[in-house]
Amino acid sequence: MTPLRLTHFTAVSAVGRGLAETLDALEQQRSGLAPCAFETVDIETHIGEVPGVDATALPQALRGFNCRNNRLAQLALMQDGFTDAVATSADHWGPRRVGVFLGTSTAGILETELAYRARGSATGELPKDFNYAATHNSFSVADFVRQALQLDGPAAVVCTACSSSAKVFASAQRMISAGVIDAAVVGGVDSLCLTTLYGFHSLQLTSRTPCRPFDVARDGISIGEAAAFVLLERPPSRLDGDTIMLLGTGESSDAYHMSSPHPEGRGARASIQQALKAANLAPGDIDYINLHGTATASNDSAEDLAVTSVFGTGTACSSTKGATGHALGAAGALEAVICALAIQHGLTPGGLNTTEVDPKLNLHYLCENRRGGLRRVLSNSFGFGGANCSLIFGRAA
Amino acid sequence: MTPLTAYIEGIGVLGPGLIDWPSAAAVLSAATPYAPAATVLPTPLSLPPAERRRTSVVVKLALAIGFEATTRAGIDRSTLPAVFSSSGGDGFNCHEICQVLASSERQLSPTRFHNSVHNVAAGYWSIAASATAAANVLCAFDASFGAGLLEALTQVAVERTPLLLLAYDTQYPEPLRAKRPIPDAFGVAFVLAPGARASALAKLTAMLTESDGDRMSEPHLEDLLVSIPAARGLPLLRKLARREGGRVTLDYLPHMRLALEVEPCN
Repeated sequence: MTPLRLTHFTAVSAVGRGLAETLDALEQQRSGLAPCAFETVDIETHIGEVPGVDATALPQALRGFNCRNNRLAQLALMQDGFTDAVATSADHWGPRRVGVFLGTSTAGILETELAYRARGSATGELPKDFNYAATHNSFSVADFVRQALQLDGPAAVVCTACSSSAKVFASAQRMISAGVIDAAVVGGVDSLCLTTLYGFHSLQLTSRTPCRPFDVARDGISIGEAAAFVLLERPPSRLDGDTIMLLGTGESSDAYHMSSPHPEGRGARASIQQALKAANLAPGDIDYINLHGTATASNDSAEDLAVTSVFGTGTACSSTKGATGHALGAAGALEAVICALAIQHGLTPGGLNTTEVDPKLNLHYLCENRRGGLRRVLSNSFGFGGANCSLIFGRAA
Repeated sequence: MTPLTAYIEGIGVLGPGLIDWPSAAAVLSAATPYAPAATVLPTPLSLPPAERRRTSVVVKLALAIGFEATTRAGIDRSTLPAVFSSSGGDGFNCHEICQVLASSERQLSPTRFHNSVHNVAAGYWSIAASATAAANVLCAFDASFGAGLLEALTQVAVERTPLLLLAYDTQYPEPLRAKRPIPDAFGVAFVLAPGARASALAKLTAMLTESDGDRMSEPHLEDLLVSIPAARGLPLLRKLARREGGRVTLDYLPHMRLALEVEPCN
C-alpha cells in the first residue's frame, strides 16, 4: 500500500494529557492505574481514569453533545495544537476532502445508564433532556469531532470492540488511496461506563490488581479510557526522514467465538502477516511490537503463539496496558500514538506491573525501557467477535 | 473525486412485508402492491446450536440477508471480506443491560455483555459463514447506509476484491424507542465485485454529491426510508428491481450524498 504521513497526533489517557506527559510517563515507567472509584461502581478492580474529564466544557455551539465521551474527545482536541493542525490541513485540501473516522465501543452510553436510573416512576420514560443521537449512539463522537473541527468530508465510526480505533487507519488509508479524500482525522475515544466495568467483571476478566500482561500470574484487564487522534495525510513528494508514516495495515476475523480469541491465535497471525505484506516488509524489519497484551490468560497466550509463529522469539515486545489500562475502543489509536512517540524518541517502552513473565509464553517480553533507534514498529489490536487489526508504523527514511 | 465502480452480484433483503429480494423486487417494480407486515426473522440454522440459542434480532437479520445475497451470487463466503453498517446494535439487549445497571443488583449476564458490542452480527456471521477475512463494522447514525456503501465501494476499488455489504437496523423497546423510534427490523445486503462476471446484475459508479436524495413514491415505502436508516438504500433497490439504468441519489451526511450511476447487466 501507499504509505501515509502521520502529520500530527495527540492523546489523553490515564498516564497524561498530551504527548509530553505521555512520553514522560513512558520514560519514567509510570502507571496511571488506581483502585476503581468511578461513579457508583462497587467492583474491586483497578482502572485507568483520566482526571479532569468532567470539568472539560464543550464549545458553546456543540453543548448538545455533552457526555463523558465527548468531553474526553474535547480534552484531547485541545492538546498539542491538534485542532490548529487540522485547520491547516482543511485549508490545504478543502474541508470536504478531509474525512473523520473514529473508533469507540460504548460512546456516551453512560448517559443512557444514568437516564435509566432517572426514569419517570409513572411512565417509565427517559428524562426529557436525554439526547440519544448526540450521546448514546456510536456515531455521536464522530459527529461531534467533525463539527468541532469544521470538517465536511466523509465520516463514520468503526465499532469492532477493542480493535475499533486500529481499523480506522485502514478505512482512512483506503479512502485516501481511492481518491475519495486526501486526509483524515482518525482516532479513538472510549470512556468509562458501567456497561464495560460490570460486563468485563461478569466475564471474570477484570483483575483486582493493576493488570500484569504476560505475567505468570496475570488474571485479567484493567479497564481504562482514552482519546487519541491522528491526522493522516497523503504525503508530499519530499518528506523529512523523521516523519512518522503508516506503512501497513492488516485485518482479519477469527470466526471462532464472540468473546474468546482463537486459542492458537489464527486470526491474529493473519492480520500480522497481512500488515507485513501491505508494508512490503519481512518480520526481521520490525524492531518492536506493541502487543494487544490485555493480561487475560487467553489473549496473551493466543497472541504469543501468533507473534512467535511469525517473528520467532527475538523481536522486542511489550504491552503498554499496564500503564494506560485497556482503553477498549480507543486502545488502537492510543497505542498507535505510543508507537509514533517510541519511534520519534528512540524509546522501546517496557511493560509495567509484570514481575515474572509466564514461562509458557515465548515471545521476547520487555519489562524495562530500552534506548536506541527504532525504525519500524507493529501494533496489534484484537476485539470481541474476533475482529483483528495490525498496523505498522515507521520513519519515512 | 475519482468515481468508484463495482458490480452487484447478489442481493438479500428482509424487512416489514418484505421476505426476500424477489418479493421486495416485485413490490419495488410495482408488480405487487406493498402489504406492510411485521418483519419475520428466520432461525439461523447456519450457527451451531449453542450459538443459535444466544442470537438476537440483529444477528438473525444480518445472517438472513448475508446468506441470501451470497447464495444468490453463488460466491464462497469463507474468503469474502465484509462491511457491516448499522445505526445501532442490539436494542433489546441494550435495554436489558441498562435496566440491570439501574437496579440495585447490577449482575450482568456474560452473554448479554458480549452481545452488547456493535459488531455482534459480524462476530456471529464470521462463525456461521466460517468467514476469516476482514470485517469492518460501521455506525454513522442516520447516515449508516451511505457510510457502509462508501466504505464497501472503496474497499472493492482499492483491494480489487469481491465483498459483502450488509446494512441493517433493528428497533429498541421502550423507553429508548421513544428517543429512537425505529419501527421494525430492516436489512439489505449486496455482494459487490470489482469486475463484470456472468452473474453480475448491474454496474454501479459512485460519486459524492450535494444533490438531494431520491424519495419513494409509495407512501409506506417512503415511511420505511425515512424511519429506518438501512432503508435509505430503497431507491437503489427500486432501480435494480426495475432493471433500469440511470442515476440514483442516496442520503448520506448533511450536504453530502451518494450519486450512483446504475447500468443493468444483460
